[in-house]
Amino acid sequence: MSHKVIVPIGPYHPLQEEPEFFQLYVEGEKVVDIDIIIGYNHRGIEKLSESKHFDQVAFLVERICGICSSSHPYAYVLAVENILGGEHLVVPERALYIRTITNELERIHSHLLWLGLAGHFIGYNTVWMWAWKYREPILDMFEMITGNRNNYAMFKVGGVRRDIRDEDINILKKILDELVPAVDMFKGAVMDDPVIQARLKDVGVLTKQQVIDWCVVGPTARASGLNIDVRRDDPYGAYDRVNWNVIVEKDGDIFAKTVVRILELYECVGIIRQCLDKMPKGSIDADIKDISPGEGIGRVEAPRGECFHYIKSDGTNRPVRHKIRAPSFMNVASDKVSAVGGTISDATLTLAAVDPCYCCTERVAVINKSDNKQILNGWDLIKLSQEKTNKIKESLLK
Amino acid sequence: MEIKDRIKEGLSGKIIHWEEKTVRRIYFSVKPEDIYEVVRFLFKDLSLRFSTASGVDTVQGLEILYHFSFDQTGEMFSVRVLIKDKLNPEIQSITPLFPGAEWIEREIWEMLGIKFRGHPNLKRLLLADEWPEGKYPLRRE
Repeated sequence: MSHKVIVPIGPYHPLQEEPEFFQLYVEGEKVVDIDIIIGYNHRGIEKLSESKHFDQVAFLVERICGICSSSHPYAYVLAVENILGGEHLVVPERALYIRTITNELERIHSHLLWLGLAGHFIGYNTVWMWAWKYREPILDMFEMITGNRNNYAMFKVGGVRRDIRDEDINILKKILDELVPAVDMFKGAVMDDPVIQARLKDVGVLTKQQVIDWCVVGPTARASGLNIDVRRDDPYGAYDRVNWNVIVEKDGDIFAKTVVRILELYECVGIIRQCLDKMPKGSIDADIKDISPGEGIGRVEAPRGECFHYIKSDGTNRPVRHKIRAPSFMNVASDKVSAVGGTISDATLTLAAVDPCYCCTERVAVINKSDNKQILNGWDLIKLSQEKTNKIKESLLK
Repeated sequence: MEIKDRIKEGLSGKIIHWEEKTVRRIYFSVKPEDIYEVVRFLFKDLSLRFSTASGVDTVQGLEILYHFSFDQTGEMFSVRVLIKDKLNPEIQSITPLFPGAEWIEREIWEMLGIKFRGHPNLKRLLLADEWPEGKYPLRRE
């Protein structure tokens, strides 16, 4: 007789930016069902936005997420500029390039953060430390460009708030040059390591049909063969002015998701380099005073996928309605299919593979259904995952 | 044939108002009772990707916009429905067509009080359990 156990994951952790609560139903080693409960961090930002004027909203949406604090304000200003006719019509050329650079730097730092944590979960703590080490210079670049390592306050309707100084460009390029060998190293470490292949291949698979049905976006969708990327499909910023590729993989497992993210790092570096070279001189702000009545949609390819903002304006200085849809809203729901059928030692990794907030998984606890006694806590589950890696390593050495 | 024309042809008779606001942003209105059939046509027959839906409380009634993305051309098609009955607003759920719509319909239900007929799991998504019944944060009254 199988014994069904419920594994609650979440919801709170001091480090979390988005608390989520996963309840795994487990029979033996196997995950048979999963409940996802969200809303612990619902701050009513959509409603709050209706009480702010158009300039303030950019600062508000920047605080939705500590990692995507360029994607959200960018999607918001795109939505407002959409009411005015479109970004490419109202925003000065130089500002488009600066926006693109900020957006791509964010992707690099987010992907490195994810890579480090995924490494930690499978017991590769060196990957964790190294990934985060190489993320630091990216945050330094942010500080040089925007003045902040986080919550950049760069975006405003009609342009950007700070210019990139000419004397900084060579330093920025040098930091990028130093990043490339590190990405080479990660690429080698992941692609050539039999242990990582054994841990990540055929785990947490999302098929292409599942991706379509669950409306999954971003690297999670691209890893399953769905060729979508807002940067190419609905171009904004300077993405249609530079050369780059959309990375698509077919397998849909965690290995494919990792490969997509690592290869995207090269594209990010390429985009930023071209932007720094091609950036024309000129104004960075169109100085827009009034927002006409109307409605607009802005979307940005955030590190996790399409970030969607809808703005309705009635001609006053505040939005009437502001709808925000972050990519994780679609991606996290798909855990319902990717985690079910896998083992409990893969669950932490599968839930982390869509790149939601990782810290939630540190709050994991396994509770025995019959007496509600906690038998495993979050650290135990990560240890379980790390032990599995060690076992594979040992068996390969024999 | 362009995707715009295919939509116009496939939904002929159902589209009340068609508006191309800016490049790649198209809005059209349909009747609330047609929404299931319209979404089925867009999602299943034309393979548009469902991006999200947004609800807003207006003077005329409760309005829902279903945003669909056609990624080959980057066009965004927003289907507008207006539910005039504010006291007992109801519309057919689209979640039975594809599970990706489950969460957003639950969100609109708890925020605006629009009931989705045929939704398999219509319970609260974001609001706390202690939140009073029948109070909808995004209603303007």
